[in-house]
Parts: sequence; structure tokens; C-alpha cells
Amino acid sequence: MSRARTPPVAGGAGGSLAPVRIVVCVKHVPDIQGERSLGEDGRVVRDGGDGTLNELDENAVEAALALVEARAQEGDEVVALTVGPDDAVEAVRRALQMGAHRAVHVLDDAVAGADAVGTAQVLAAAVRRLGEEAPVDLVVTGMAGLDGLTSLLPTLLGELLGVAALPLASHLEVEGGTVTVRRDLDHATETLRAALPAVVSVTDAANDPRYPGFKQIMAARKAPVTVLSLDDLGLDPALTGAAGARTQVLLARPRPPRQDRVLVQDTGDGGARLAAFLVERGLV
Amino acid sequence: MSTPATVLVLVDHTPAGALRAPAEELCTAARAVAAAGSVEGVWVATDPDDRPGDAVLAALGALGVARVHRVTAVGADPRTSAVVAQALAELHAELHAERPARAVLLASSFENKEAAARLAVRTGAGVVTDADDLALEDGTVVTGKTVLAGTWTTRCAVRTPLAVVTLKANAVPAAPADVATEPEVLERAVEADATARAVTLVDRVERDTSGRPDLASAHVVVVGGRGTEGDFSAVEELADVLGGAVGATRVATDEGWIGHDAQIGQTGVTISPRLYIGAGVSGAVHHRGGMQASGTVIAVNNDPDAPIFEIADLGIVGDLFTVLPQAAAELRARREG
Ligand SMILES: Cc1cc2nc3c(=O)[nH]c(=O)nc-3n(C[C@H](O)[C@H](O)[C@H](O)COP(=O)(O)OP(=O)(O)OC[C@H]3O[C@@H](n4cnc5c(N)ncnc54)[C@H](O)[C@@H]3O)c2cc1C
Ligand SMILES: Nc1ncnc2c1ncn2[C@@H]1O[C@H](COP(=O)(O)O)[C@@H](O)[C@H]1O
Repeated sequence: MSRARTPPVAGGAGGSLAPVRIVVCVKHVPDIQGERSLGEDGRVVRDGGDGTLNELDENAVEAALALVEARAQEGDEVVALTVGPDDAVEAVRRALQMGAHRAVHVLDDAVAGADAVGTAQVLAAAVRRLGEEAPVDLVVTGMAGLDGLTSLLPTLLGELLGVAALPLASHLEVEGGTVTVRRDLDHATETLRAALPAVVSVTDAANDPRYPGFKQIMAARKAPVTVLSLDDLGLDPALTGAAGARTQVLLARPRPPRQDRVLVQDTGDGGARLAAFLVERGLV
Repeated sequence: MSTPATVLVLVDHTPAGALRAPAEELCTAARAVAAAGSVEGVWVATDPDDRPGDAVLAALGALGVARVHRVTAVGADPRTSAVVAQALAELHAELHAERPARAVLLASSFENKEAAARLAVRTGAGVVTDADDLALEDGTVVTGKTVLAGTWTTRCAVRTPLAVVTLKANAVPAAPADVATEPEVLERAVEADATARAVTLVDRVERDTSGRPDLASAHVVVVGGRGTEGDFSAVEELADVLGGAVGATRVATDEGWIGHDAQIGQTGVTISPRLYIGAGVSGAVHHRGGMQASGTVIAVNNDPDAPIFEIADLGIVGDLFTVLPQAAAELRARREG
């Protein structure tokens, strides 16, 4: 991912700028509006057929496209990258519909069962591979996968690639070879800055993802998707996937629904009933 | 039998040097995993005057913390996750030589998850975030975690010698140690490495708190949604009577009715208080993802078909502007009477 020169990703600047390449990581997840479940092995069931692009990754795609569009430079490229089973191609297709220029799908049975670190290792290898073709300036991810909600990936990726990681950008600016993000944390608001190349994740507050039109949807259907195996990436299957996972799910079961639920209509004493309930349950 | 081991606990504290709420829970969980080994606190100093005071040391001593490593940073801002991770990695390596280090525990927050991710890469550790239980089984660290918007429970074993775990607040009941200690404070300077120097903290503005408990770790949270139409007074009044924190849905934060940091849900703060009260909240899946693991759930909504009633122990179909003030008045009267 390294590059010697300073990559100018400045918005709207004229002159002869070197092309900019942004990799955006997108994940296919079970639709959160649907019935989601875990299998015997504790893995998220991913063959329900009702998967979608992790909606938070639409913000990542939007952020990458917006940066490139602001420059309006010939040769700039947004590459959508996913790691996952067959269905996962839908995630990069959605990114293509939105306007990504290229799509890469790492597809290998040996990836199944990977934990966050394992997935990050595969994504890092894929980014490195893309970097061998031409330098990658920026990797953009969503703030979290709505399946696992770990939010670990962007930081893991930065560490593994040996570049700065700036997660949770609600505002993102790239200029003169540096990236600046503003982010809201539990107790503070921060501004972080780093030299490119870097990894950032964007929140759902960063932008409003575009909605692709019919023409883009049709065009994306025919666009090629590069499929890579672990072997293509020079990764040892024993170190990723279930075999290499550092964590192992021992047990998974649905939580029983809440018992003894009470629903009452307020007929003038609703507040008093609420108070009485708290007292009864020892909650005050 | 499990051999005694070292467990490191990152001690989150306010800029004024007070412990943040989950510290007691973390230290309690750490003692179980240390198996008669030692629990060691890590205090990352944000400025030269930032050190654990007598009250903090007494509190940590009551929890059985053997030593506190006070870390200062050279070459990078100590408030960045890379510096925190580097400090923990260095301590881990050094302490391991004395006695095997089994786990590093951190409170679940976005910042600490970043530190956890970095630490996992640097030490080869397995990492679990948002755990709600922690145990040692046959020498292996096993965590509990609620997933898929609070609808599934999992148990997960960490297969590596070192486990990095971020623990959710209100998950492990805090308890003092059988024998209190007098923690010794050891100073350590960390010379920031290339990764830590790569990120510049341009500015950090601490948010002043409302005087209410911290949202992420509060025992009671009262949440207002679109139904408040921007008037949070009834929500705040009930929260204050209950000594709780005030939260909001994304609609309420997007409208600017309350700060973004109050947002509960999948893209906001994840909470699991003993008591959640939602008023004028529909219970959208994005919101449920951040609160469904709460102890008791109460909902006040004027729509009997609101989805939040499906997960509410007590649902009151009514107007929040009459139900909440009445409840607050009732509780106040009970207290005074
Ligand atoms: C990617 C993504 C991420 C998201 N993340 C989050 C998140 O983290 N947190 C979050 O909260 N949302 C999140 N959302 C938004 C979420 O989908 C819902 O839109 C939101 O939670 C709804 O907020 P609400 O319940 O306040 O509003 P509504 O759904 O409009 O519900 C308002 C409720 O108030 C009731 N009501 C009205 N007046 C009264 C009254 N006087 N008394 C009593 N009840 C009344 C109504 O009957 C209704 O049920 C996210 C959405 C997306 C797409
Ligand atoms: N298998 C994957 N393929 C591509 N991108 C991923 C994958 N898993 C996670 N990501 C990216 O990392 C972000 C954070 O995910 P997580 O750390 O799993 O919560 C997501 O929003 C995606 O952008």
C-alpha cells in the first residue's frame, strides 16, 4: 500500500494530479429487518437468501465516491472489496451500482469461520495485492458490520497494513496527502489527522448514500468481478478461517422472549402503575 | 486447576482523575480470571498532573488491585488508541516474564475497542468485544456475549494464551476483594513507535457532563424518541427522580433535540442498564440493537402496535406527557412520605 510520492487527493484542485485509488470494504450481511439466526457452529447463518449490503457500508462507498468525484480527475479509481461466500458478490455489486469502478471478491471455503482478526488478515492481503498493481491511497470501511457489530475491522486493517487507522469519521477531508477526520466518542469529540495512505471508517452521519438508478443497476449487472482465492493472495488457509480463529464459539442459543409481559392502557393511572411496577420489582 | 496469572485492567478515568463507572466491575471480573494471580491496573496519564489519587488507590485496593502502572507517553498523544495499545503490549511482554499474563480487560467503548484491536495484532491475542460475562474454564478464558440485536446468547472461548476482552457495563456485578490491598504505583514512560506517531490528535473537546450518570454505564436509562416532539422535560424529570441517565433515538438526535452522544442503538451507544424506560420510542430494530439486553424494559407509547411493546416487560399505552410526570410525582411522593 506504500507509495513514495505524496498523493494529492485535494478536492477540486487543478493541474496534473496523480491518480488516486481508494479501496472500499463492503460486507454482505443478513438483512437486519429479517429473522437472523446463528447455526450450531455459532456462525451467522448466511444462506437465508435475504442478505444485503451492510447498510453502513453504503456510507463508506458514498464517502469514497464523493472524494473521487470532487477531484474530477481522469484515472482515479474506487475499488470495492469483499470477503465472503458466494452471496457476498451482492455487496460489491451494490457498490458497482452506486458507482464503484471495480470489484474484487475474495472467495474461498477456507475463509469460513474466520474471526475478526482472520477476516482482517484476508482483507489486508487483498489490499496489498491491489497495491502491487498501483498504489492505494486510502481504504474506507463502514463503522460496523450490522451482523457482528464488532467495529474492530478498520483498526485491525490499519495495524496489519502498518498505516494509520482513523475510525468513526462523521466528517472526512482529504487534502494535500493527509486525511483529517472528526469523530464523536462517548465522552469527547476529536479531530484526528494522518498522512496517506491510511484506513478510515465512516459513520452513518458522514453522508447520505446515493440511490442508484435503473441504468446503473443494469450496467452493474454486467460489470466484471475479480475473484481471488487465498492461494491467489499467498495466504495459508491454516492461518485463516475456522482453523486459525483465535476465538471459538462454544454455544449459541436464542434468548427466550421476555416472560410475563404486561401491556396496559392508560386510563388516568398509567404513571402510578409505572411507579408501582418499579417498586414491586425493587427497581427504586 | 488454573494457575495464577496476571490480568491487566485499563483504568478509564475522567480528565479530573476520577474512576469511570465500570472500573469496579472490570476489577471484579479480572480477579476471577487471574485465579489468585495478580490484577494490575494501567493508568494512562493524559497530562503530567494526571495520576491516581489516594481515593482512587483506596478504591482499587478494595478491589484487590496489586499494582497500578502509571504510563506517560513520549512522542505521541497519550489519548490515542495506538499509544494505549503500545503501553499495554509493552507491559504485557514485561510482566509475562514474571508470571504468565492471561488477559487484558477494558471497558467497552469505541476508543477501547480500537486499543483492543491494536493489542490483538501486536500480541497475537484473541479479542472479544462487548462481552457480558467472563469466566475461566479449565484455564481457558470464556466470554459471554449477546448478539444479533440482543436476540441471541453466545459463549465464546479464547484459544490464544492471552485474551483481550472489552466488557460491557452492568454485566458483572462489582464486589470487593476478600483481602484489600495497598496498590503500589509504578511509573513507566512509553516511547511512541511509528504507528503511534502516524496519527496526530489535532484536538479533543471533552463533553461536559450533565451531572447525570454516564450513559454507557448507568443503572437506569430513560430514553426519549420522536414522540417527545423535542420536549425532553418529562424524560429528564423521570430520569432525575430515578437517578438515571437520559438517552435518545436517532430521530431525536438527528433533529438536534439532544446531543448526538445520547443516541442509543446499533450506531450509537450500546446499553444494558438494570432498567430501561422508553417514551415515544417505536422500537425500530436499529434502536433495539443497542438496548435489548437491558434488564427490565418499560415502554410508554400511544400506539398499541408499537414494536417496542414486543420486548417490554411493562408496556403502557398512553401519552408520555401525562404518564411520565405522574410516575415521577408518585415516586417523589413515596420517597418523601
Ligand atoms: C443505518 C441506520 C442506523 C440507525 N441507527 C440507529 C440507532 O443507533 N439508534 C436509533 O434509535 N435509531 C437508529 N436508526 C433509526 C431507526 O431506524 C428509527 O428510525 C428510529 O429509531 C426511530 O426513532 P423513534 O422511535 O424516536 O421514532 P418513530 O419510529 O417515529 O417512533 C415514535 C413513536 O412515538 C410514539 N408517540 C408519538 N407521540 C407520542 C406521545 N405523545 N406519547 C407517547 N408516544 C408517542 C409513536 O406512536 C411512535 O411509536 C438507524 C437507521 C439506519 C438506517
Ligand atoms: N468480510 C468483509 N468483507 C469486506 N469488508 C468487511 C468485511 N467484514 C467487515 N468489513 C468492513 O469492516 C467494517 C466494520 O466491520 P466490523 O469490524 O466487522 O464491525 C464494515 O462496515 C465493512 O466495511
